[in-house]
Amino acid sequence: MSEATLYDKVWERHRVDTLPTGQDQLFVGLHLVHEVTSPQAFGMLGERDMTVAYPELTHATVDHIVPTADQSRPFSDDAAETMMRKLEENVEQAGIEFSHPDTGDQGIVHVVGPEQGLTQPGKTIVCGDSHTSTHGAFGALAFGIGTSQIRDVLATGCIAMEKKDVRRIDVTGELGDGVEAKDVVLQIIRKLGTDGGVGYVYEYGGPAIEALGMEGRMSICNMSVEGGARAGYVNPDETTYEYLEGRDRVPEGEGFEELKSYWESIRSDDDADYDDVVEIDGDALAPMVTWGTTPGQGVGVDEPIPEPEALPADKQDTARNAQEHMRVEPGDTMEGYQVDVAFLGSCTNARLPDLRRGAAVVAGKEVHDDVRALVVPGSQRVQKAAEAEGIADTFRDAGFEWRNAGCSMCLGMNEDQLEGDEACASSSNRNFVGRMGSKDGRTVLMNPQMVAAAAIHGEVTDVRNVETTEEVTEA
Amino acid sequence: MTRDDAGADSGTSPDEGPADVVEHVSGTGVPVRGNDVDTDQIIPARFLKVVTFDGLGQFAFFDQRFTDDDEEKAHPMNEDQFRDANVMVVNANFGCGSSREHAPQALMRWGIDALVGESFAEIFAGNCLALGIPTVTADQETVEAIQDWVDAHPDGDLDVDVANETVTYGDRTVDVTVDDAQRKALVDGVWDTTALMASNADATQATADSLPYVD
Repeated sequence: MSEATLYDKVWERHRVDTLPTGQDQLFVGLHLVHEVTSPQAFGMLGERDMTVAYPELTHATVDHIVPTADQSRPFSDDAAETMMRKLEENVEQAGIEFSHPDTGDQGIVHVVGPEQGLTQPGKTIVCGDSHTSTHGAFGALAFGIGTSQIRDVLATGCIAMEKKDVRRIDVTGELGDGVEAKDVVLQIIRKLGTDGGVGYVYEYGGPAIEALGMEGRMSICNMSVEGGARAGYVNPDETTYEYLEGRDRVPEGEGFEELKSYWESIRSDDDADYDDVVEIDGDALAPMVTWGTTPGQGVGVDEPIPEPEALPADKQDTARNAQEHMRVEPGDTMEGYQVDVAFLGSCTNARLPDLRRGAAVVAGKEVHDDVRALVVPGSQRVQKAAEAEGIADTFRDAGFEWRNAGCSMCLGMNEDQLEGDEACASSSNRNFVGRMGSKDGRTVLMNPQMVAAAAIHGEVTDVRNVETTEEVTEA
Repeated sequence: MTRDDAGADSGTSPDEGPADVVEHVSGTGVPVRGNDVDTDQIIPARFLKVVTFDGLGQFAFFDQRFTDDDEEKAHPMNEDQFRDANVMVVNANFGCGSSREHAPQALMRWGIDALVGESFAEIFAGNCLALGIPTVTADQETVEAIQDWVDAHPDGDLDVDVANETVTYGDRTVDVTVDDAQRKALVDGVWDTTALMASNADATQATADSLPYVD
């Protein structure tokens, strides 16, 4: 078992007891709530005559079902309106703070938590959403949970969990032009497999990770779960502290210094023991694209799509089915793969720097005639900042739709969906069959610059060959 | 006719009272083959626009089972011989993807009481445990042999013995693995963790008080 890692330290600080099952009862420092996975949990609480134990450590927002075009109430979709009302009612009753669309603070739960400073190093964070792993970017232990576990957390402020092993993933070198955090994590999943992380928590480190801003680190931790790891984290450092200082929920002055000494104390020791160590060569990475229907089916944009027979035996059938669904041939590259839709959004890549990098690619150009392109900012704050910076206009002028904040097309729970067999260049996290709302739809995952380039050219395009107008900011 | 919501009435739903002991699950099987079966396949997101889990059974594997015109497609869950099955036999990395408890809820409400597979995604397995549904694992060869047997013997009895970590089918008993915490929770009937943890309220508060970020 690992020793003296951040995971070990934060786990121990939050361990309340060991349960008769052998699981540990962990105290939860931040519980994020959204409309899709919580109503049943609140319902169960009511049936048991229990109340929310720690409303002050709970924060709600609405993201999955919220329309991104016309947000006037009641929502045109009755089911969405019902879910919204239920959430409003539940959080009101429990006294839970709500980043409601009316506050200007609404957004995707994994964008809202960090930008408001709710997400901090050394916290245990849970949410009924698998991409809760995002918050690990700050050196928090963050886990996606199911609805029965949400009930546990609401009722007791705790979660029952078994400790996992820790795998250190060192990303060496420096990322080249057009290569981003997203490409690093797609390469990790390709290398270790979609189930390679089962039983592990991932600790990301090494020079290429340390050089990333918080948004890039979030993109990587976000997709830990696509590699089977329920959580992933980066040790907090000066980049983390700088991001946090001055945010709404972060104390100032002495309070900040006190917290900072806690944050420093929970970093993995230099001589920490890991259960496994893996190295990824950051210098060798190209912009990645997926050719299949799992996030592990990725290649460099200029690399041939693999022959199923060349893959591990247990991945060959999945690969054959995926290639049939996507209509791609082994040996070809994904360059030139025609797209009908370009989606820049999601909890993986819809923060301000993501949009800036996309905007730098589209500035002064026009979206291809056959492409419907949309940008869905991760939160109302991101949206506002992007509008103030002129990024929104850059996208609009190029022919993108500029939408309101939400999960949108990533999982097609609102009106934003693929139709028929449309192919989509997407900055989201899952290319599963049916994920974007059409069971025949085809999703190609890539970084935001690559999405922008695909929107302009109407096909998967190597962004390294596309001229950009401004210097592209670091991932 | 599907057995929609049968599971909800069988006492296995955690919101209906104290947890029960699940030492073993007996019944017939249904094989659902393929690796990396994700939660979007188990229950597409459009069926998540609900505020209760009622009625989700009919949507299990919906897009695999039905055409756009709601006509049945070839899928084991549509075959008469498997419609009373309560043990689903699956392959590797089953349940990967989202944390939606709607996925195991839909399977449970379709009639599934146990899953046997090569491996399960962690959040999915945790969600199953919270519903008292064991997710037991074995190697590829063992699982495929069970799937083949179930195909050949749709009415044949399967017994998933959680306590002893075996699956018995026909005249064969094979060893399987049940995660330690899962086995203990199911066999001791303590898989409903809400009550367990609520009894530690004082220790919980003490932990909260010891944390520098909790006021």
